[in-house]
Amino acid sequence: MATIEFLGPIGREPVEIEITHLSELKTYFKEDEEIQQWLQNSAIALNDKLINNLNHAISKNDKISLLPPVCGG
Amino acid sequence: MLELYKEALPVEEILTRWYRVHKEQNYGAFINFVGIVRDENGIDGLSFDIYRPLLTSWFERWQEEAKKRGALLLMAHSEGNVYVHESSYIAAVLSPKRRVALELIDEFVEDFKAKAPIWKYDIIDGERVYAGDRSTPLPDSGLLA
Repeated sequence: MATIEFLGPIGREPVEIEITHLSELKTYFKEDEEIQQWLQNSAIALNDKLINNLNHAISKNDKISLLPPVCGG
Repeated sequence: MLELYKEALPVEEILTRWYRVHKEQNYGAFINFVGIVRDENGIDGLSFDIYRPLLTSWFERWQEEAKKRGALLLMAHSEGNVYVHESSYIAAVLSPKRRVALELIDEFVEDFKAKAPIWKYDIIDGERVYAGDRSTPLPDSGLLA
């Protein structure tokens, strides 16, 4: 099972999910309005690399991270 | 070199050490930027979360760029709470001549503000409040919207 982690202010514990392709995540959170809000402006990292499209197969042990808007310094 | 600290940075110790370690490496310029938490909007301070794996790879890419220009980058950042008039961020560049360092510190700090995977919160009455209105979406955000 892949793991999805919610970074920074999203503030949720990681969850394990059964998907085989990243695009499945588009519908996975359909009923979760709070996450839908975050998805509007969150970037996605797959195994600690930012990605620019959803065309990725997902296998077990993959780590998906949601990164909301940032502000360091 | 990237250094992460729990809470406020020991600014004098860091800058003095960086200066001592590098001053005999024949760099002609050492330029640093120190961020200080301002007393504004009734905050007690700021608080930070960092995603280390991506911060490290982001920094390493910048270090490669600095190397191409004959320069060296140094950075320190806080995790957790940093109160008013303490410091959470130091960036520094060493280079043989001043122009490279002056230009690089500007580019590096601006890219840091836009891309470093760090989340900032105001501390108000002891609570952490996400500074969403001052934050920037990373490139390619919204893929799952």
